Amino acid sequence: MRHYLARRLLQVIPTLVGISFLVFLIINAVPGSSLSYLIGPHMTWEQIEAREKQLGLDRPLLQRYLTWLSETARGNLGYSIRYSGRSVADLIRARLGPTLLLTFTALSLSFLVAVPIGVYSATHQYSRGDYLVTFLTMAAVSVPVFFLGIAAVKLFAFDLGWFPVGGMTDIGREHGSRLGYLLDLAHHLVLPVSVLACAETARFVRFIRSSMLEVLGQDYIRTARAKGLAQRVVIYRHALRNALIPVITILGLSLPLLFSGALLTEIVFAWPGMGVLSLEAVQTLDYPLLMGINLFLALMVILGNLLADIFYAAADPRIRYR
Amino acid sequence: MKRTGGGFIATAPPWGFPVEEGPGPLKTVWSRFKRNKIALAALFILLALILLSLLAPVIAPHPRDYQYLSLKEAPPSRAHPLGNDSLGRDNLTRLLYGGRVSLAVGLGATALQLSIGILLGALAGYYGKFVDTLVMRLADTVLSFPSLALALTAAAVFGPSVYNTILIIGLLSWTETCRLVRGQFLSLKEANFVLAARSLGLKEGRIIFRHLLPNALAPLLISATFSMAGAILIEAGLSFLGMGVPRPTPSWGNMLEAARNIRIISSRWWIWLPPGLMIFLAVLSINLIGDGLRDALDPRQRR
Repeated sequence: MRHYLARRLLQVIPTLVGISFLVFLIINAVPGSSLSYLIGPHMTWEQIEAREKQLGLDRPLLQRYLTWLSETARGNLGYSIRYSGRSVADLIRARLGPTLLLTFTALSLSFLVAVPIGVYSATHQYSRGDYLVTFLTMAAVSVPVFFLGIAAVKLFAFDLGWFPVGGMTDIGREHGSRLGYLLDLAHHLVLPVSVLACAETARFVRFIRSSMLEVLGQDYIRTARAKGLAQRVVIYRHALRNALIPVITILGLSLPLLFSGALLTEIVFAWPGMGVLSLEAVQTLDYPLLMGINLFLALMVILGNLLADIFYAAADPRIRYR
Repeated sequence: MKRTGGGFIATAPPWGFPVEEGPGPLKTVWSRFKRNKIALAALFILLALILLSLLAPVIAPHPRDYQYLSLKEAPPSRAHPLGNDSLGRDNLTRLLYGGRVSLAVGLGATALQLSIGILLGALAGYYGKFVDTLVMRLADTVLSFPSLALALTAAAVFGPSVYNTILIIGLLSWTETCRLVRGQFLSLKEANFVLAARSLGLKEGRIIFRHLLPNALAPLLISATFSMAGAILIEAGLSFLGMGVPRPTPSWGNMLEAARNIRIISSRWWIWLPPGLMIFLAVLSINLIGDGLRDALDPRQRR
């Protein structure tokens, strides 16, 4: 197990290098200077060229990439263009908390909601309720997350007034009591978390359902039933436990979709996380920031998958990693 | 789908004379698909959406980009059944035209990802060894991309356009196809009919595309359906952020871009609700068709 872990951790590095090189290629694929936005009445081409030389932008692509890579390995992700003077690492660190809060609350919520629904659907296969669940999960993965968010804002924030329109806290809350702050935060969390959790829940339900169906057909379930165990014990103690093991893998694999959804959800709800930061970086073509964000998100996805694999091994004694 | 399974893919036998067949593979699939009423309804809805989009130039009540300057953000009226957008353009007209772009991007991106995925999957599965390792590592890397963030980055750098949108979505979504084709090839390349084809001296390209690939057709068709639904959703997301289909060309996604304004959300529902519902309807129909196809093509895997 320890050997396997070390090997997997080592594999993370070439993958990250590959991804960062690709992003680097994309960013540098456009002909012309990345400083051309500076041109104007106060800046001549000669001055821009001098600045390029100063920043090392006139060197060959590969050399620039290697510079970036070696600096990144030392924890220096460079400096943002838009937020002049602020380091990319600082910017990401500041936005990380809200994004993790949003995604992990949504992830936990969807899992908790999906288990009973999936179990119900599997134990009542081909019933009316099962068809309804199947159709609803289909609908949930078919609705664009930002459209769902907009509709939720319109209905629950504007028309009913139950929840705030956006943001993470009301202005000035951080000076109030701790409990008041947390309640306010929770109040702001409800809509974005529900919107983001919707599609995720649907994916879990579909997977838990089919996994449960497979387990329920196994011999040991028949044995458990033949022993005269209560239906509840058979389903929750014997079947569900085993059915949930492959779901761990799905938990890891669903991370890219979850982050993509979170990006859009954050933008709809003006949530001060990585999503809004990404959009700003994209709109201003803030190259160092774009590199940093892409690399960081890729790292999260890879580590998430790794964690899922480890949990998978821990949960299933049949699995032996070499 | 094995050749011995439901008989979906009865390619002509390599010796070339006709064999007697049942009702024919397509007919069997269609008769199974028909039984699923929801999937059938979804198919009709999708066909209707395609038809409406194709006929947009004929049935649209107004010119696509004409700005009725006195009617900016005007609510639905008799002349403009879905009202007007922030520039005074007719919403219904743009909704019809928008369907063309959204559906075409979905179709184009799916075609692209299928070509890449089939080619790489076939190479990996047929040749194995280091080709396989290389392709699968590439697939793993693409799979761990933060897809939307990367798509946004690429769109921002190369400039938003319909073609770039298709290209970006296609390049990011071929891994599932590749995995499917590779798996099928790995399990079949030692089969007797491949050995026979090889000993007849057939070219490798012919073996790959005429003898091996047809066996992967059923799962490919199913996954392509879901992939098209996904592509439409990504296009909508990119366009919503202003990085997909550029204006003035309407797409359902970029019509929703107006809803990044809180005032439009709160009091101008006719601007954002119709395009959102259209995306939902189109994607839901395609997903339901995919579900129906899965049941019809692979009876062993009934949900």
